[in-house]
Amino acid sequence: MVVFERPKSLAEVPLHYCPGCTHGIIHRLVAQAIDDLGIEGRTIGVAPVGCAVMAYDYFTCDMIEAAHGRAPAVATGLKRADPGKIIFTYQGDGDLASIGMAETVHAATRNENITVIFVNNAIYGMTGGQMAPTSLPGQVTQTSPYGRDVATAGYPVKVSELLAALDGPEFIARVAVNNVKNVKNAQKTIKKAFENQVNNKGFSLVEVVSSCPTNWGMTPSDALKWLDENMLSYYPLGVYKDKSAEKEGE
Amino acid sequence: MSEKVLMKGNEAIAEAAIRAGCRHYFGYPITPQTELAAYMAKRMPKIGGTFLQAESEIAAINMVYGVSAAGKRVMTSSSSPGVSLKQEGISYIAGADLPALIVNVQRGGPGLGGIQPSQSDYFQATKGGGHGDYHLIVLTPASVQEMADLTGLAFELADKYRMPAMLLADGTMGQMMEPVELPETEPEFIDKPWALTGTDMKREHNIVNSLYLVPEQLEKTNFERYERYKLVEENETRYESFMTEDADVCVVAFGIAARVSKNAVVEARKQGIKAGLIRPITVWPFPKKAIAEAAKTSKAFVSVELSMGQMIEDIKLASDCSRPVYLCNRVGGMIPSPEEVLESIKKAAGGNE
Repeated sequence: MVVFERPKSLAEVPLHYCPGCTHGIIHRLVAQAIDDLGIEGRTIGVAPVGCAVMAYDYFTCDMIEAAHGRAPAVATGLKRADPGKIIFTYQGDGDLASIGMAETVHAATRNENITVIFVNNAIYGMTGGQMAPTSLPGQVTQTSPYGRDVATAGYPVKVSELLAALDGPEFIARVAVNNVKNVKNAQKTIKKAFENQVNNKGFSLVEVVSSCPTNWGMTPSDALKWLDENMLSYYPLGVYKDKSAEKEGE
Repeated sequence: MSEKVLMKGNEAIAEAAIRAGCRHYFGYPITPQTELAAYMAKRMPKIGGTFLQAESEIAAINMVYGVSAAGKRVMTSSSSPGVSLKQEGISYIAGADLPALIVNVQRGGPGLGGIQPSQSDYFQATKGGGHGDYHLIVLTPASVQEMADLTGLAFELADKYRMPAMLLADGTMGQMMEPVELPETEPEFIDKPWALTGTDMKREHNIVNSLYLVPEQLEKTNFERYERYKLVEENETRYESFMTEDADVCVVAFGIAARVSKNAVVEARKQGIKAGLIRPITVWPFPKKAIAEAAKTSKAFVSVELSMGQMIEDIKLASDCSRPVYLCNRVGGMIPSPEEVLESIKKAAGGNE
């Protein structure tokens, strides 16, 4: 009996991610959700600009590479071209919450029937560790070498809270992948975000609080500890909006 | 034969696009292309199409990128400042070898400029516009009829050569009303095996992408793309010649400037000056051979433009600077009068700067 195997939707190629990076886990969870729902043949993924830029090689479904921040607009085009397809974007914090904020907010407010996987690791990874829109107050990065000073650099953007305030989106949740319990919950939540699209419910975003050992300058295990001790208090986990559940509760 | 109807240029583009099988339109409000989006907003929901007013021109062009990747005919329209915003997306569309139609109903610039007609986006349209090496097929209508005809052609050529096409119009062409005969034939669609339609578990996954981190690979894609561009230059260069056979002075103008110039050429002939007109219908590819031919018999060229002199550079290149090229131009929303063009023709005929 097979207890554990690679999801079929995850290509059998080596990933380019740094050792200890949690992108690998999140890729796996996305692929698992696609497998579980049996939608691989009609799914199209949108890769971002950032660490996951080459995600188009890692998923076995049809894939497209979007310009920095524009993935929700590209996904909108794909979905409008054929609403029967399942469209997901996979984006980092710089991509989604900085340069692509307009595309994110408007895809959400249109309740565009797409699934957004938002990886929040509080830093720009691909370009070598610059301050992200989600970097914590005081966080040292290449472009905040004395720590993020909120007086000049402002405060981190709380994406899930911000989007949950809109009337449009169907489902907004924040999960983490720093321990087994959280990974299991992340798996359930990501699957739900795809299921919502299959059931034509609308815009579903899962924010995944994630680590970046390389650019945080920590060992993988220290990074997960730092995530637990610093990020989760600023970015509390939970379901921020679930329109269908709210309706059922009425 | 279909009936002639009276239409605004902007509306003619919209109706012609629908008849060419375009069912996806993404735009953002800007003058003077307003009627085009308004027409699409009315029509698309009635025919099972998509009209979407995007949050920005940037989002609109990226929605175009998505639909095109899915293999469907798609368009966006804007005017100069908005088209500048689309350049990033256009570069990605060109880099991923996707077809699409971008309409630029030009207005005066730079900056916010004005809302009156202009041709000052010529460089942007014909030399690439965004980052990297690429071209668009750029068509320049000079009547409402051509607004319709060239729209259908733009979709065909874009599909055939897998590259974006641009309809480079101006505020006059967009706003003026003329009788137009709309196409009645069913559009023809070609197979797009590269499109993102889902693998259906029957084929390897398709990837639409413009990223090549290995320099040898990126170089190869650029070279291959320019081989394709050569074919476009050979097969798809379009222009109209008017009284050029024996012309001493060859006027070159497109769009509204060509219509004004035609009157000036006729008047010059009446006054005994052998003038002619080459009207590029494609400005990329530019009718280089026609200009080179004209340089053999004409004494001088006059470039009539609604810009500070952009197309004039292509005329000089195509004629190998073998003949003087005079510039007759108005900018900022102004249009040269036939008298002004005639003055330039006279100057060119007399050889006086």
